[in-house]
Amino acid sequence: MKFIQFLFIGMFFGIVMTKSEVISWFRIQEMFRFQSFHMYGVIGSAWLMGVFFVQLIKRKNIKTHNGSNIAFKNKDFSVSRYLFGGTIFGLGWALTGACPGPLYTLVGNGFTVFIAVILSALLGTYVYGLLKNKLPH
Amino acid sequence: MYVHQLYKMNNMIDFLSQPWPWYISGPLIALVMFLLLRFGGNFGVSATLRSMCSMAGAGKYCDFFDFNWKSQRWNLIFALGAVVGGFIASTALKSTEPLALNPNTIEDLSQLGIYFTGEMVPMEIFSWNSLLTIKGFVVLIVGGFLVGFGTRWAGGCTSGHAISGLSDFQLPSLIAVIGFFIGGLVMTFLIFPILF
Repeated sequence: MKFIQFLFIGMFFGIVMTKSEVISWFRIQEMFRFQSFHMYGVIGSAWLMGVFFVQLIKRKNIKTHNGSNIAFKNKDFSVSRYLFGGTIFGLGWALTGACPGPLYTLVGNGFTVFIAVILSALLGTYVYGLLKNKLPH
Repeated sequence: MYVHQLYKMNNMIDFLSQPWPWYISGPLIALVMFLLLRFGGNFGVSATLRSMCSMAGAGKYCDFFDFNWKSQRWNLIFALGAVVGGFIASTALKSTEPLALNPNTIEDLSQLGIYFTGEMVPMEIFSWNSLLTIKGFVVLIVGGFLVGFGTRWAGGCTSGHAISGLSDFQLPSLIAVIGFFIGGLVMTFLIFPILF
């Protein structure tokens, strides 16, 4: 199978997210209430290590496995898009206690009701597509 | 010899079954980003929602979904892997310890009528039956809708902005992450007391 490596990376990601409890609704509440360092530690150390990896790729000119360049695209600048979109996602993140990665992993954890959450997220994505041209970007 | 190896493997599984500390998990998440880039992908999970809309035929009704979703198959396979990983972690590597949640969080939530029993999520909300209640509908359906709508408007979620974008010092990602927290804090401190 052509994409088998992505299946394995995804499995690894799902295991890390479960074992670090970042898929937990309670952990997200603890984060938004500033009552534990755990989530800030996970995101902060992921960011620090991420900075290292990005710099490593750029400075050592690391290529993909089949020799093409790894391109980092600058995101188009805007305030409204990121602030409004981000805030709406934040409301949903606190409600469901999950961002898109954990949504998938929670289903694997046996919390099958997250299938309904994913379906609703698909509907939200679709409605965004319909309204895209009317929203500030 | 064989028994000895089996014993060592059991020890290993016990070791991995404990909850993982943040300073192990965070760098491993960055490693996931690195591996995805290395294999020609990128770390942005919410993009899979758009791909699935397109896969289901939304491109016929809306230009935003009229793109070659097959170029994103690797990400859909990655998401499938994240489901399988959740299954493995909750079965073969299942933790015997309850979540070490801060007692203040437990207390604050119990005042809202949400009780912590050691599970990952409050089961009275995250069950199929609760879909028929107002609270359950708001959390699961309205919440899911806001996640899908907001991430696409913002052009990414925690993986795409907070990890990938911030690692590349993208200012738009910082604005998005500030937005994530504005929304999360408004929900937690202003809307939760009304909702629950």
